[in-house]
Formats: sequence, C-alpha cells, structure tokens
Amino acid sequence: MAKNEIKYLTAIKQEKPKKKFCRFKKYGIKYVDYKDIEFLKKFINEQGKLLPRRLSGNSLKYQRKVQDAVKKARQMALLPYVTDLLK
Amino acid sequence: MNNYELMVIFTPVLSEEDFKASQKKYADLIAELGGATIASHPWGLKSLAYPIQKKTTGIYWVFEYSAPATANEKLKIQLLRDEQVMRHMITRLDKYAVEYNHVKRNGGFAMQDKTQEA
Repeated sequence: MAKNEIKYLTAIKQEKPKKKFCRFKKYGIKYVDYKDIEFLKKFINEQGKLLPRRLSGNSLKYQRKVQDAVKKARQMALLPYVTDLLK
Repeated sequence: MNNYELMVIFTPVLSEEDFKASQKKYADLIAELGGATIASHPWGLKSLAYPIQKKTTGIYWVFEYSAPATANEKLKIQLLRDEQVMRHMITRLDKYAVEYNHVKRNGGFAMQDKTQEA
C-alpha cells in the first residue's frame, strides 16, 4: 500500500543554517573587556546565562575569554547572575 | 612591574569629597608601594545588577596602575579593612588589555567598530 513511500532514518535538513564564524578572529578583537556590558550582552541569553559556543559561534579560545569577562562582570554587579527579560 | 586594574564599589552614602579623598588615598598608597598610576575613571553612582549589602546602588571607581607584584597584597588588606568599600576586584592586565585600554583612552573605538553586528 505505501510501497513507494520512502522512510528516512534521519530528518532531511531543509533550510541551510547561517554559516557561523568567530567574530573575534574576523574582526581581530584580542581582549574582552569585562566593563563593556553592551558587548557582553551579545553572549548571554534573557536569563543572563552564557550562550554555548554552538550558538555564539565563538572559537574555544575566545569563548573562554568571554566566559571569564562575564563572570568578572557578574562579580562586580555589572551583570546579574540570574534575571528574566534581561534584554 | 605588571599592569593591574582595580575596580572598587563604594557605598552610595559616600559624599563627593569622601569619594575623592578615598580615591587619592588608594592612589597614594600604590605610589608609596612603588607603583605608578596610569589612569583613573570614577564612574560615580550606578545602579547595581543585584543588591549588595542590602543596597541597590553603588559608586564605581576604575583605577589602572602598574605596580610590582608584591604591592597588591598590602592594597588588598587596606581595601578589606575599609568599611566604605563594598566590593573590590584587582585584575591583571595582559598586553592586549593594556593596548585595548590605551586605544580606548585615546578615543580609538569612537565609531564602535568592535560591536558591529556579526
């Protein structure tokens, strides 16, 4: 009855995901300043949590620098530890 | 002589001249310990992201200096002893950080090239 129906084991990837790149390598940013809140906000979500590398697209070296800067900003009450609707 | 950056949060009840007096106090302390001040940026009263010691605002002060490694220990003792200081943080600046601060001080990032959209 459904002889011609092809069963795929894995779902077909319809839309092609946007090619992610590490903005630090591209723009040659070497230092992530923990005082620059607007820039750090790009790497945290609404709850104030750090975005994983697969979403932020950073390379490992710069993701650690961002992580370090965000934790310093949280320590100095520039960024909240947890909140809702931060942006 | 390493480069360090000290960020201090004072209690909001601090008056203007007390704020200046404590800035001078710590700057002189570092000079006395053999360090040299590079820059001082008093941010003034800012609201905190979360309450510290039941207060929701604080007076921020960012102070950049270069000092021998041994100077920070004495500085920390003074900061911990001072009641007006709610929280402080000393970070060591690597060469990229020093260069970043230098460029930022001379208006290098005027057109926000660093934060344009990915």
